[in-house]
Amino acid sequence: MIVRIAGEGQFRLPDEDAGRLNELDNRAVSAAEQGDETGFKELWSQMLELVASDGNQLDEDELVESDVILPPRDISFAEARGEFTGDGLIPD
Amino acid sequence: MAGLGGRMSTVIKSKISRMLDRAEDPGETLDYGYQKQVEMLQNVKKGIADVVTAKKRLQMQNTKLEQQVVKLDTQARQALSQGRDDLARMALERKTLAQTELQSLDTQINELQGQQEKLTENEQKLRTKIEAFRTKKEVIKAQYSAAEAQVKISEAASGVGEEMADLGLAMQRAEEKTETMRARAGAVEELEAAGTFDDITQLGSGQDDIERQLQELTSGAQVDDELAKMKAELGSGDEESPALEQGKDNA
Repeated sequence: MIVRIAGEGQFRLPDEDAGRLNELDNRAVSAAEQGDETGFKELWSQMLELVASDGNQLDEDELVESDVILPPRDISFAEARGEFTGDGLIPD
Repeated sequence: MAGLGGRMSTVIKSKISRMLDRAEDPGETLDYGYQKQVEMLQNVKKGIADVVTAKKRLQMQNTKLEQQVVKLDTQARQALSQGRDDLARMALERKTLAQTELQSLDTQINELQGQQEKLTENEQKLRTKIEAFRTKKEVIKAQYSAAEAQVKISEAASGVGEEMADLGLAMQRAEEKTETMRARAGAVEELEAAGTFDDITQLGSGQDDIERQLQELTSGAQVDDELAKMKAELGSGDEESPALEQGKDNA
Protein backbone atom coordinates (compact mmCIF):
# COMPACT_ATOMS: atom_id res chain seq x y z
CA MET A 1 0.00 0.00 0.00
CA ILE A 2 1.11 3.57 -0.64
CA VAL A 3 0.94 6.03 2.24
CA ARG A 4 1.61 9.73 1.93
CA ILE A 5 2.51 11.88 4.88
CA ALA A 6 1.36 15.34 3.87
CA GLY A 7 4.31 17.62 3.23
CA GLU A 8 6.83 14.76 3.31
CA GLY A 9 6.20 12.39 0.45
CA GLN A 10 5.02 8.85 -0.31
CA PHE A 11 6.03 5.54 1.27
CA ARG A 12 5.45 1.95 0.15
CA LEU A 13 4.30 -0.26 3.04
CA PRO A 14 3.50 -3.97 3.16
CA ASP A 15 -0.24 -4.49 2.70
CA GLU A 16 -0.37 -6.25 6.09
CA ASP A 17 0.26 -2.88 7.75
CA ALA A 18 -3.11 -1.57 6.62
CA GLY A 19 -4.93 -3.22 9.53
CA ARG A 20 -2.47 -1.94 12.13
CA LEU A 21 -2.49 1.58 10.67
CA ASN A 22 -6.26 1.57 10.55
CA GLU A 23 -6.51 0.44 14.15
CA LEU A 24 -4.12 3.18 15.34
CA ASP A 25 -6.04 5.70 13.28
CA ASN A 26 -9.36 4.73 14.82
CA ARG A 27 -7.90 4.93 18.31
CA ALA A 28 -6.34 8.32 17.54
CA VAL A 29 -9.73 9.55 16.38
CA SER A 30 -11.49 8.44 19.54
CA ALA A 31 -8.73 9.99 21.67
CA ALA A 32 -9.22 13.28 19.78
CA GLU A 33 -12.98 13.07 20.18
CA GLN A 34 -12.63 12.48 23.90
CA GLY A 35 -10.29 15.44 24.27
CA ASP A 36 -7.41 13.15 25.30
CA GLU A 37 -4.47 15.10 23.94
CA THR A 38 -1.74 12.90 25.44
CA GLY A 39 -3.38 9.76 24.10
CA PHE A 40 -3.81 11.32 20.69
CA LYS A 41 -0.18 12.44 20.47
CA GLU A 42 1.06 9.00 21.52
CA LEU A 43 -1.07 7.22 18.89
CA TRP A 44 -0.20 9.73 16.21
CA SER A 45 3.52 9.23 16.81
CA GLN A 46 2.98 5.46 16.67
CA MET A 47 1.36 5.89 13.25
CA LEU A 48 4.31 7.94 12.02
CA GLU A 49 6.74 5.40 13.47
CA LEU A 50 4.99 2.57 11.66
CA VAL A 51 5.36 4.38 8.34
CA ALA A 52 8.99 5.20 9.11
CA SER A 53 9.94 1.66 10.18
CA ASP A 54 8.05 -0.39 7.58
CA GLY A 55 7.88 2.06 4.69
CA ASN A 56 10.28 2.76 1.87
CA GLN A 57 10.17 6.23 0.44
CA LEU A 58 9.16 6.28 -3.21
CA ASP A 59 11.52 7.71 -5.78
CA GLU A 60 10.70 11.30 -6.58
CA ASP A 61 9.89 10.46 -10.20
CA GLU A 62 7.39 7.70 -9.37
CA LEU A 63 3.86 8.72 -10.26
CA VAL A 64 1.32 6.82 -8.20
CA GLU A 65 -1.71 7.72 -6.20
CA SER A 66 -1.63 7.11 -2.47
CA ASP A 67 -4.03 4.70 -0.78
CA VAL A 68 -3.93 6.76 2.37
CA ILE A 69 -2.89 10.35 2.95
CA LEU A 70 -1.94 11.19 6.51
CA PRO A 71 -2.02 14.74 7.84
CA PRO A 72 1.21 16.75 8.23
CA ARG A 73 3.53 15.44 10.94
CA ASP A 74 3.13 18.60 13.01
CA ILE A 75 -0.67 18.50 13.06
CA SER A 76 -1.83 20.10 16.30
CA PHE A 77 -4.37 18.57 18.60
CA ALA A 78 -6.76 21.43 17.79
CA GLU A 79 -6.37 20.75 14.06
CA ALA A 80 -6.92 17.04 14.57
CA ARG A 81 -10.08 17.75 16.49
CA GLY A 82 -11.18 20.14 13.75
CA GLU A 83 -10.90 17.22 11.33
CA PHE A 84 -13.85 15.57 13.01
CA THR A 85 -15.97 18.57 13.82
CA GLY A 86 -16.36 19.39 10.16
CA ASP A 87 -13.84 22.18 9.71
CA GLY A 88 -11.29 19.85 8.18
CA LEU A 89 -7.62 20.59 7.77
CA ILE A 90 -8.13 22.02 4.31
CA PRO A 91 -11.22 24.03 3.49
CA ASP A 92 -12.92 22.61 0.39
CA MET B 1 -9.91 4.22 6.52
CA ALA B 2 -12.26 6.59 8.22
CA GLY B 3 -10.10 8.57 10.60
CA LEU B 4 -7.27 11.04 10.09
CA GLY B 5 -6.04 9.28 6.97
CA GLY B 6 -9.49 8.88 5.53
CA ARG B 7 -10.47 12.47 5.88
CA MET B 8 -7.20 13.74 4.43
CA SER B 9 -7.36 11.28 1.54
CA THR B 10 -10.94 12.28 0.72
CA VAL B 11 -10.19 15.98 0.68
CA ILE B 12 -7.01 15.64 -1.38
CA LYS B 13 -8.60 13.23 -3.84
CA SER B 14 -11.58 15.49 -4.37
CA LYS B 15 -9.18 18.33 -5.09
CA ILE B 16 -7.34 16.17 -7.62
CA SER B 17 -10.46 15.00 -9.36
CA ARG B 18 -11.71 18.56 -9.67
CA MET B 19 -8.33 19.47 -11.12
CA LEU B 20 -8.42 16.62 -13.64
CA ASP B 21 -12.11 16.89 -14.55
CA ARG B 22 -11.47 20.21 -16.15
CA ALA B 23 -9.49 18.56 -18.87
CA GLU B 24 -11.19 16.18 -21.27
CA ASP B 25 -8.23 14.22 -22.54
CA PRO B 26 -4.82 13.37 -21.11
CA GLY B 27 -3.07 15.84 -23.37
CA GLU B 28 -5.25 18.59 -22.00
CA THR B 29 -4.70 17.26 -18.51
CA LEU B 30 -1.00 17.69 -19.07
CA ASP B 31 -1.41 21.20 -20.45
CA TYR B 32 -3.69 22.10 -17.62
CA GLY B 33 -1.18 20.56 -15.22
CA TYR B 34 1.57 22.77 -16.58
CA GLN B 35 -0.56 25.83 -16.34
CA LYS B 36 -1.35 24.97 -12.73
CA GLN B 37 2.30 24.21 -12.09
CA VAL B 38 3.40 27.63 -13.29
CA GLU B 39 0.78 29.30 -11.10
CA MET B 40 1.75 27.15 -8.17
CA LEU B 41 5.47 27.73 -8.51
CA GLN B 42 4.83 31.48 -8.55
CA ASN B 43 2.72 31.13 -5.44
CA VAL B 44 5.40 29.04 -3.76
CA LYS B 45 8.02 31.69 -4.52
CA LYS B 46 5.76 34.37 -3.06
CA GLY B 47 5.00 32.13 -0.07
CA ILE B 48 8.71 31.58 0.58
CA ALA B 49 9.38 35.32 0.26
CA ASP B 50 6.62 36.02 2.81
CA VAL B 51 8.12 33.56 5.24
CA VAL B 52 11.58 35.12 4.82
CA THR B 53 10.19 38.63 5.40
CA ALA B 54 8.38 37.56 8.56
CA LYS B 55 11.54 35.81 9.76
CA LYS B 56 13.72 38.89 9.16
CA ARG B 57 11.29 41.05 11.08
CA LEU B 58 11.43 38.71 14.07
CA GLN B 59 15.23 38.54 13.84
CA MET B 60 15.43 42.34 14.01
CA GLN B 61 13.23 42.35 17.09
CA ASN B 62 15.44 39.67 18.55
CA THR B 63 18.59 41.78 18.13
CA LYS B 64 16.90 44.84 19.64
CA LEU B 65 15.66 42.93 22.65
CA GLU B 66 19.06 41.32 23.24
CA GLN B 67 20.60 44.80 23.40
CA GLN B 68 17.94 45.95 25.85
CA VAL B 69 18.58 42.96 28.09
CA VAL B 70 22.27 43.82 28.34
CA LYS B 71 21.48 47.49 28.99
CA LEU B 72 18.88 46.78 31.65
CA ASP B 73 21.18 44.30 33.36
CA THR B 74 23.94 46.89 33.57
CA GLN B 75 21.52 49.50 34.89
CA ALA B 76 20.20 47.14 37.53
CA ARG B 77 23.72 46.50 38.77
CA GLN B 78 24.50 50.21 38.80
CA ALA B 79 21.33 51.00 40.70
CA LEU B 80 21.99 48.20 43.15
CA SER B 81 25.50 49.34 43.84
CA GLN B 82 23.99 52.72 44.71
CA GLY B 83 21.61 51.10 47.14
CA ARG B 84 18.65 51.96 44.88
CA ASP B 85 16.78 48.67 45.12
CA ASP B 86 13.62 50.26 43.67
CA LEU B 87 15.30 51.21 40.41
CA ALA B 88 17.20 47.94 40.23
CA ARG B 89 13.92 46.07 40.63
CA MET B 90 12.30 48.09 37.86
CA ALA B 91 15.20 47.37 35.51
CA LEU B 92 15.14 43.68 36.38
CA GLU B 93 11.39 43.45 35.81
CA ARG B 94 11.83 44.85 32.34
CA LYS B 95 14.78 42.60 31.71
CA THR B 96 12.70 39.56 32.65
CA LEU B 97 9.88 40.64 30.32
CA ALA B 98 12.34 41.12 27.48
CA GLN B 99 13.91 37.71 28.14
CA THR B 100 10.54 36.00 28.04
CA GLU B 101 9.82 37.64 24.70
CA LEU B 102 13.25 36.60 23.45
CA GLN B 103 12.59 32.96 24.21
CA SER B 104 9.35 32.92 22.30
CA LEU B 105 10.94 34.85 19.40
CA ASP B 106 13.65 32.18 19.16
CA THR B 107 11.06 29.43 18.87
CA GLN B 108 9.16 31.33 16.22
CA ILE B 109 12.23 32.14 14.16
CA ASN B 110 13.17 28.45 14.16
CA GLU B 111 9.67 27.50 13.14
CA LEU B 112 9.70 29.92 10.21
CA GLN B 113 13.13 28.65 9.19
CA GLY B 114 11.67 25.14 9.12
CA GLN B 115 8.73 26.28 7.00
CA GLN B 116 11.05 27.98 4.56
CA GLU B 117 13.17 24.86 4.12
CA LYS B 118 10.16 22.60 3.77
CA LEU B 119 8.52 24.75 1.08
CA THR B 120 11.74 24.93 -0.90
CA GLU B 121 12.13 21.17 -0.72
CA ASN B 122 8.50 20.56 -1.73
CA GLU B 123 8.80 22.92 -4.67
CA GLN B 124 11.75 20.86 -5.91
CA LYS B 125 9.80 17.62 -5.48
CA LEU B 126 6.91 18.92 -7.55
CA ARG B 127 9.26 20.00 -10.34
CA THR B 128 10.71 16.47 -10.42
CA LYS B 129 7.25 14.89 -10.59
CA ILE B 130 6.09 17.12 -13.42
CA GLU B 131 9.25 16.29 -15.33
CA ALA B 132 8.67 12.57 -14.75
CA PHE B 133 5.11 12.96 -15.95
CA ARG B 134 6.21 14.54 -19.19
CA THR B 135 8.63 11.67 -19.89
CA LYS B 136 6.15 9.01 -18.88
CA LYS B 137 3.43 10.40 -21.12
CA GLU B 138 5.60 9.91 -24.20
CA VAL B 139 6.55 6.36 -23.18
CA ILE B 140 2.93 5.42 -22.55
CA LYS B 141 1.78 6.84 -25.86
CA ALA B 142 4.40 4.78 -27.69
CA GLN B 143 3.66 1.52 -25.86
CA TYR B 144 -0.10 1.35 -25.37
CA SER B 145 -3.22 1.61 -27.46
CA ALA B 146 -5.03 4.93 -27.32
CA ALA B 147 -7.61 3.74 -24.79
CA GLU B 148 -5.03 2.10 -22.53
CA ALA B 149 -2.76 5.11 -22.82
CA GLN B 150 -5.56 7.35 -21.68
CA VAL B 151 -6.06 5.30 -18.52
CA LYS B 152 -2.32 5.12 -17.78
CA ILE B 153 -1.84 8.82 -18.32
CA SER B 154 -4.79 9.61 -16.09
CA GLU B 155 -3.19 7.51 -13.36
CA ALA B 156 0.10 9.34 -13.75
CA ALA B 157 -1.75 12.66 -13.78
CA SER B 158 -3.37 11.71 -10.48
CA GLY B 159 0.10 11.10 -9.08
CA VAL B 160 1.18 14.60 -10.09
CA GLY B 161 -2.14 16.03 -8.95
CA GLU B 162 -1.64 14.57 -5.51
CA GLU B 163 1.79 16.20 -5.27
CA MET B 164 0.29 19.52 -6.29
CA ALA B 165 -2.57 19.24 -3.82
CA ASP B 166 -0.07 18.36 -1.10
CA LEU B 167 2.12 21.35 -1.90
CA GLY B 168 -1.02 23.48 -1.87
CA LEU B 169 -1.71 22.30 1.65
CA ALA B 170 1.88 22.93 2.77
CA MET B 171 1.65 26.46 1.37
CA GLN B 172 -1.59 27.13 3.11
CA ARG B 173 -0.19 26.02 6.43
CA ALA B 174 2.94 28.13 5.91
CA GLU B 175 0.77 31.15 5.17
CA GLU B 176 -1.29 30.61 8.31
CA LYS B 177 1.86 30.31 10.41
CA THR B 178 3.38 33.41 8.82
CA GLU B 179 0.15 35.28 9.50
CA THR B 180 0.30 34.28 13.18
CA MET B 181 3.95 35.38 13.37
CA ARG B 182 3.09 38.71 11.76
CA ALA B 183 0.43 39.33 14.37
CA ARG B 184 2.95 38.30 17.01
CA ALA B 185 5.62 40.64 15.63
CA GLY B 186 3.04 43.42 15.58
CA ALA B 187 2.18 42.77 19.22
CA VAL B 188 5.83 42.90 20.26
CA GLU B 189 6.25 46.16 18.35
CA GLU B 190 3.28 47.59 20.23
CA LEU B 191 4.86 46.59 23.53
CA GLU B 192 8.08 48.24 22.38
CA ALA B 193 6.24 51.40 21.38
CA ALA B 194 4.56 51.45 24.78
CA GLY B 195 8.02 51.44 26.34
CA THR B 196 7.69 48.05 27.97
CA PHE B 197 11.29 47.14 27.22
CA ASP B 198 12.77 50.63 27.44
CA ASP B 199 15.74 50.94 29.66
CA ILE B 200 15.05 53.00 32.71
CA THR B 201 16.86 56.08 31.47
CA GLN B 202 14.37 56.30 28.60
CA LEU B 203 11.13 56.44 30.54
CA GLY B 204 8.68 58.89 29.09
CA SER B 205 6.81 61.84 30.54
CA GLY B 206 5.78 61.57 34.15
CA GLN B 207 8.97 59.65 34.83
CA ASP B 208 11.23 62.67 34.69
CA ASP B 209 12.05 62.40 38.33
CA ILE B 210 13.28 58.84 38.00
CA GLU B 211 15.22 59.79 34.90
CA ARG B 212 16.87 62.68 36.66
CA GLN B 213 17.70 60.50 39.62
CA LEU B 214 19.19 57.93 37.33
CA GLN B 215 21.29 60.44 35.48
CA GLU B 216 22.55 61.62 38.80
CA LEU B 217 23.24 58.04 39.74
CA THR B 218 25.11 57.38 36.52
CA SER B 219 27.35 60.38 36.89
CA GLY B 220 27.57 59.71 40.60
CA ALA B 221 28.53 56.14 39.85
CA GLN B 222 31.44 57.23 37.70
CA VAL B 223 32.79 59.28 40.54
CA ASP B 224 32.16 56.50 43.02
CA ASP B 225 33.74 54.04 40.66
CA GLU B 226 36.86 56.05 40.49
CA LEU B 227 36.78 56.54 44.20
CA ALA B 228 36.42 52.80 44.77
CA LYS B 229 39.35 52.13 42.45
CA MET B 230 41.41 54.67 44.27
CA LYS B 231 40.46 53.15 47.57
CA ALA B 232 41.45 49.72 46.28
CA GLU B 233 44.77 51.06 45.09
CA LEU B 234 45.34 52.50 48.50
CA GLY B 235 44.45 49.11 49.98
CA SER B 236 41.22 50.15 51.68
CA GLY B 237 38.54 48.53 49.43
CA ASP B 238 34.91 48.70 50.57
CA GLU B 239 31.83 46.50 50.05
CA GLU B 240 30.49 48.21 46.95
CA SER B 241 33.31 47.81 44.50
CA PRO B 242 32.90 44.05 43.91
CA ALA B 243 29.30 44.61 42.75
CA LEU B 244 30.44 47.21 40.24
CA GLU B 245 33.22 45.01 38.92
CA GLN B 246 30.81 42.12 38.52
CA GLY B 247 28.46 44.38 36.60
CA LYS B 248 31.14 45.17 34.11
CA ASP B 249 32.10 41.56 33.59
CA ASN B 250 28.61 40.52 32.71
CA ALA B 251 27.68 43.47 30.54
